[in-house]
Amino acid sequence: MTPVATTFRAPTHAGHRRSTTETAGVRRWLIGVALVFLSLFLFIPLVSVFAQAFAKGIGFYFQTIRDPMALSAIKLTFIAAIIAVPLNCVFGVCAAWAIAKFDFRGKNILLTLIDLPFSVSPVIAGLIYVLMFGAQGWLGLYLNADHPHLPWLANWLNDHPVKIIFAVPGIVLATIFVTFPFVARELIPLMQAQGRSEEEAARVLGASGWQTFWRVTLPNIKWGLIYGVILCNARAMGEFGAVSVVSGKIRGQTNTIPLHIEALYDDYNFTGAFAVASLLALLALVTLGLKTWVEYKNVKANELETSMEIPVAKIKNV
Amino acid sequence: MPRPQIEPLPIIALNTNRTKKIRVLPGFKLTLGFTLFYLGLIVLIPLSAVFWKTSSLTWPEFWHTVTMPVALASYRLTFGASFLAALVNAFFGFIVAWVLVRYNFFGKKLVDALVDLPFALPTAVAGITLASLYAKAGWIGQLLAPLGIKVANTQLGVFVALTFIGLPFIVRTVQPILEDLDPELEEAAASLGANRWQVFWRVIFPLATPALLTGFALAFARALGEYGSVIFIAGNIPMKTQITPVLIMGELDMFDYPKATAIAVVMLVVSFVLLLSVNVLQWWTNRHNTTNLA
Repeated sequence: MTPVATTFRAPTHAGHRRSTTETAGVRRWLIGVALVFLSLFLFIPLVSVFAQAFAKGIGFYFQTIRDPMALSAIKLTFIAAIIAVPLNCVFGVCAAWAIAKFDFRGKNILLTLIDLPFSVSPVIAGLIYVLMFGAQGWLGLYLNADHPHLPWLANWLNDHPVKIIFAVPGIVLATIFVTFPFVARELIPLMQAQGRSEEEAARVLGASGWQTFWRVTLPNIKWGLIYGVILCNARAMGEFGAVSVVSGKIRGQTNTIPLHIEALYDDYNFTGAFAVASLLALLALVTLGLKTWVEYKNVKANELETSMEIPVAKIKNV
Repeated sequence: MPRPQIEPLPIIALNTNRTKKIRVLPGFKLTLGFTLFYLGLIVLIPLSAVFWKTSSLTWPEFWHTVTMPVALASYRLTFGASFLAALVNAFFGFIVAWVLVRYNFFGKKLVDALVDLPFALPTAVAGITLASLYAKAGWIGQLLAPLGIKVANTQLGVFVALTFIGLPFIVRTVQPILEDLDPELEEAAASLGANRWQVFWRVIFPLATPALLTGFALAFARALGEYGSVIFIAGNIPMKTQITPVLIMGELDMFDYPKATAIAVVMLVVSFVLLLSVNVLQWWTNRHNTTNLA
């Protein structure tokens, strides 16, 4: 009884506390508002995907997923991701190396240009490839011209037709475009923060450029790279708008998982649509889980590093 | 064994420190070259195709296309709904960020991880899920129907979808600022006699404003181009619930490429301006923070 009474009767202390923290009532109210908002927009939708996927039972669920059309969509989605993610990964490492380790003019412009695909609507991302490679686009007009420049090239292309739009190459290109900045965006700030002293030290000690990269840079950027790849992959497998423009939506041939979901939904096969959608929802959950795990690992690695590097940090501040 | 080729290199490099001609690290030309090549091939050349295609229209034709009533109605809806969604997200997102940084409650880590769901969940999945939830017979729709609120196939539906996809932007930009806030600032304000609301409004909120604006701009920009999560819930009725990306898609389905491209140019220019302002905002945020630290 007594200790409770004393805390309540300490007016100066309580008065000071009130200005640096909120009262319990306000706290509870704010937590409540946040959770209701998040429930409405995140938790309920997430639960409903799985609830509706199994609305007609497990049998129907697996029947929908094992359908040849669904399997072909899954296969195409994997193909697009397997090509797009490594390419953007190589690009991300190259861009980060050039931008973080060297000084050159126009660096800020380059950074803005790398971000460009994020600010372009997915529909426009698809449109630009239709304008490049479609029948009415650059390539189409070139091939149908009466007297094209470089006639041998036009002849060769006419003899070896490669369908890009309304075919798999277009889907891959659109996927590369929309996932273009992911890895670079993670690596550039990370490598800029790490500076170049460790790599310079490695070079001074006689390491070759590749040795420096594999043994010094790569271990340092490992978690950032994994993080970027996870995000890049999630977007590559889930892209809808851009792919929808270039795909032509031929079932069993040019439909990716998201396009297959749309097709099922448009057929009023809602349970089927949600069954296939639950695969992507699962992918999203795995992505979030991996992301949280990488963040945790990264914090741990940073703690270790800062505890070892305190003297260096102090010198830098002076 | 002497190594003459390595010894002199570091000395020159260390002495010249920031001069650009002598570099200790290799691969500058290779990596920058590949970066520019890939950027040009995947992004810049294809994007320039939009402007090339538009040049096949005369100026009056272009102007007529981008100002036709269907297009104007779609701009109004796209900008209006995106702005409102970003505004609502700014308000609730700030509360979510605040709650996640300052308070402890059961399941906080899970909630924190799930905030990124709209980034990770494919837009088509989000689209069909929101459409079914807010349909007349859906989980949320049947609660709203007796109140006379219709969400599916209305402009409100567009707003709901855009709020969903913009949610993480505000939380993730404001969260780190609140985490790094020096508690001494609040204590100083409190000891000078400010009450809690004054401490928040006059000390904390101004410090978080640049981040809040950045998050707002990012959410707004993302919402402007959004397609997948909107089409299922909006009903896409021309003049009423058709957003601009859907209008472009409609023109493409009719193989009217010049028209689609002209409207795309309008959207692209707006996006570029927004991207530029986000970069300026971020630059401002960084400067703001460094001055505060110093």
